[in-house]
Amino acid sequence: MDDPLIIAGREFRSRLITGTGGAANLSVLERALVASGTELTTVAMRRVDAAGQTGVLELLRRLGIEVLPNTAGCRTSAEAVLTAQLAREALETNWVKLEVVHDEETLLPDPVELLDAAERLVNDGFVVLPYTNDDPVLARKLEDIGCATVMPLGSPIGTGLGIRNPHNIELITSRASVPVVLDAGIGTASDAALAMELGCSAVLLATAVTRAQDPERMGAAMRCAVEGGRLARLAGRIPQRFWAQASSPGL
Amino acid sequence: MRAQVNGTSRDLAEGTSVAAVVTLVGAPEKGVAVALDGAVVPKALWGSTIVPDGGVVEVLTAVQGG
Repeated sequence: MDDPLIIAGREFRSRLITGTGGAANLSVLERALVASGTELTTVAMRRVDAAGQTGVLELLRRLGIEVLPNTAGCRTSAEAVLTAQLAREALETNWVKLEVVHDEETLLPDPVELLDAAERLVNDGFVVLPYTNDDPVLARKLEDIGCATVMPLGSPIGTGLGIRNPHNIELITSRASVPVVLDAGIGTASDAALAMELGCSAVLLATAVTRAQDPERMGAAMRCAVEGGRLARLAGRIPQRFWAQASSPGL
Repeated sequence: MRAQVNGTSRDLAEGTSVAAVVTLVGAPEKGVAVALDGAVVPKALWGSTIVPDGGVVEVLTAVQGG
């Protein structure tokens, strides 16, 4: 069945976007990425240090996976805009996963700084994929100013708490006209499937795979979950009922 | 003269270019970007951009994350 994910005019066969953080080493990361089937994967921008902890770019290029730089660690609009501009220069892509978080304990997006940064980056020609709160009003505003997706959290980054407010996610997907990507909080395969059943166009996750006991197998599980959830969404689930309804004919 | 390079104060010769600082920190060939005093310096201008006394240089690359 031909059902590509389309973001800013670019087609992807996979509806799973992954991160690269948290993997024990590049070899583990490589096996997990391949198993997940992802075609778009995030990287962070950091100072060059003597240890030279690079190699992730070469890995992604070798695997034919598109690079999506993020602005992780930025607390203000100004920091995020500069980081995005540096990523564009370093990686020759105008795509950016925009993250502007408020504090280290929650890593929740700062909506005021986020919206400001998104607007400035859109005006500077970026394809902006904003990590946002599960707030339908903020999601609408991000879409209105020209973001290519909206990416609401299921729960805070790295918690594995799943989707804490499914109704808000459904409110967002029900009226968005850009792809909605469930970003952050995924713990296991059922969370990813639920995101797709709620109408999300894709799922973005990292920790759930990279810190699983078997990252390669969890990568495969997430691929299946996203595909299964998408199929279920398109198939149309049965309405929920209070009383039982026999599926066999009466005697 | 002195400049801040990736958060560390360093002695640099007068007239040191951004390109020289990139080499100094051991940056890889590809996937690197530079900010000087909070603004991006495009790669084409690294050789001709001189780091001023007290300048703040950030040399960044992509790492695992997100």
